[in-house]
Amino acid sequence: MRGEKQYSENRRQSTILFLIAAAVILAAVTVSGILLEERGMETDFSRTNLIPSVQYLFGTDWMGRDMLARTLAGLSLSIRIGLLTAVVSAGTALVLGTAAAVLGKKADAVISWCIDLVMGIPHILLVMLISIACGRGFAGVVAGVSLSHWPSLARVIRGEVLQLKSAPYILAAEKLGVSRFDIIRRHMAPHILPQFLTGMILLFPHAILHEASVTFLGFGLSSEQPAIGVILSESMRYLTTGKWWLALFPGLALVLTVILFAMLGERLRRLLDPASAHE
Amino acid sequence: MKHRLQFTAKKLLRMALLLLGVSFASFLLMCASPLDPLQTNVGQTALGSMSREQVEKLEEYWGVDAPPAERYLGWLKDVLHGDFGVSLLYRQPVLEVIGQRLANSVWLLLAAWIISGVLGLALGAAAGAFRGRWPDRLIRGYCLLISSTPAFWLAILLLLVFSVWLGWLPVGLSVPAGVDAAAVTLADRLRHAVLPALTLSITGVANIALHTREKMADVMESDYVLFARARGESERSILLRHGLRNVALPAVTLQFASISEVIGGSVLVEQVFSYPGLGQAAVTAGLGSDLPLLLGITVITSAIVFGGNLAADLLYGAVDPKIRRRAAGR
Repeated sequence: MRGEKQYSENRRQSTILFLIAAAVILAAVTVSGILLEERGMETDFSRTNLIPSVQYLFGTDWMGRDMLARTLAGLSLSIRIGLLTAVVSAGTALVLGTAAAVLGKKADAVISWCIDLVMGIPHILLVMLISIACGRGFAGVVAGVSLSHWPSLARVIRGEVLQLKSAPYILAAEKLGVSRFDIIRRHMAPHILPQFLTGMILLFPHAILHEASVTFLGFGLSSEQPAIGVILSESMRYLTTGKWWLALFPGLALVLTVILFAMLGERLRRLLDPASAHE
Repeated sequence: MKHRLQFTAKKLLRMALLLLGVSFASFLLMCASPLDPLQTNVGQTALGSMSREQVEKLEEYWGVDAPPAERYLGWLKDVLHGDFGVSLLYRQPVLEVIGQRLANSVWLLLAAWIISGVLGLALGAAAGAFRGRWPDRLIRGYCLLISSTPAFWLAILLLLVFSVWLGWLPVGLSVPAGVDAAAVTLADRLRHAVLPALTLSITGVANIALHTREKMADVMESDYVLFARARGESERSILLRHGLRNVALPAVTLQFASISEVIGGSVLVEQVFSYPGLGQAAVTAGLGSDLPLLLGITVITSAIVFGGNLAADLLYGAVDPKIRRRAAGR
């Protein structure tokens, strides 16, 4: 038994270490991407189509642009858009989910209908449609991704609040005359907040992937910006001529970033969830 | 029986309302767009060199000047008569375009849907049964990796490996280029559909497997499984008789809920492989501001998704003896 206890303490610590490391890496990528954006746009026709080497780790493209700098700039852009859209959609989910649970039957029916509606249109089509409505570009991507990702989290929050409303300790607090505001602050918020936070972090991976996808299809960021979707859609033209590094490394970097976010969210959930916090 | 009919009718009504909502929402979104269809399709220079009358004619063709409310009601009236309008880019009735494209896509979608469902169920059940041991870790790792991989990048990778590098499979399209339509064989079509279908199947597995795993792990920790073990039932029989039967119900839901994902993925994958399916048509329509076609595709794919949900609800009754008995008792 003692051996197991030792193990669990280590696991908690290692989780926290992992969280810090992941956050530092992601922050470093974001900052370096902002700094390298200029270099990623720089063309130099004396060094076109170079295979990855020590000097150019990710190689160069047909305009002599350094793919490492372009990839980092693209990732940074993706992460920033991901943060923005995840926060907006999680906020929407919180407001609508709570409203559905609190404002009575009619509001609940309307909001649930909206959730079904948004979930009925295939995700990528919906992002495309919203992006078109906003005239594509940066605004289109941000609006498209943030307005299409809230339904599932809203459903979770609605269920939680509904359950909480009839929980014995909330009912008891009401009978004891605790004010509504105090009930929300002291009894409901501590329960909802961890779920909301992890829900928000687990939205990042989806947001980033969908941003890259719509940009790849041509509905997102303009082709001058070094976004991952743009890089990959450009690389498509050079695939058959054997320029594999144009597609391989930027995509791999994107996958690693998304995995890091997904693991971050998963670990955080385990840490915050009382049922598994002491495993 | 009466109860089931009522249930179905209610669901159908809700579905019709949702479809109405979908069409209205997508129409609004497309109307709100600041993108000028004339600019994107005719081009600035061509417009400049045209006479006033020609421009007006074009504006009428692309429906730029009519008020949105009138256009939507007109569209809705036609749809109720079975007419989805004429695609502006393809100059064919929308239903015809969708029919052709869907005929290309449907085998792709169906194959991916079935393979990812079966594989997802098997992997999820295995991971749940071996919770915490190496098969579980392996499958969970695979799911994390796949769910973090954009479908279009996976498509590019497979294209690189199997078409460019190994040269086993064609690079794109659904039939060999430059061959007469009559001369195309079934084998040709299959060869062109392998990579898109493979990509879609690989990406579809993750979600189903992870959810099935949760459920399976719950079942394996339940009292009745403990009792079955105490009774001396073999692990195999426990899995088949208690595990799989209890996982079947959520698996049905997951399987039908994944339709939306498969269709969404096909938009990306078809674009990479230049596969002339429904997804590619959606992208073309979106980029070219072809309102009738995009609207038609959105409404029809949503109808497929809602139809899937309905099928899942109805299958529940058939699969779950508890629901079946309750329905019969009324």
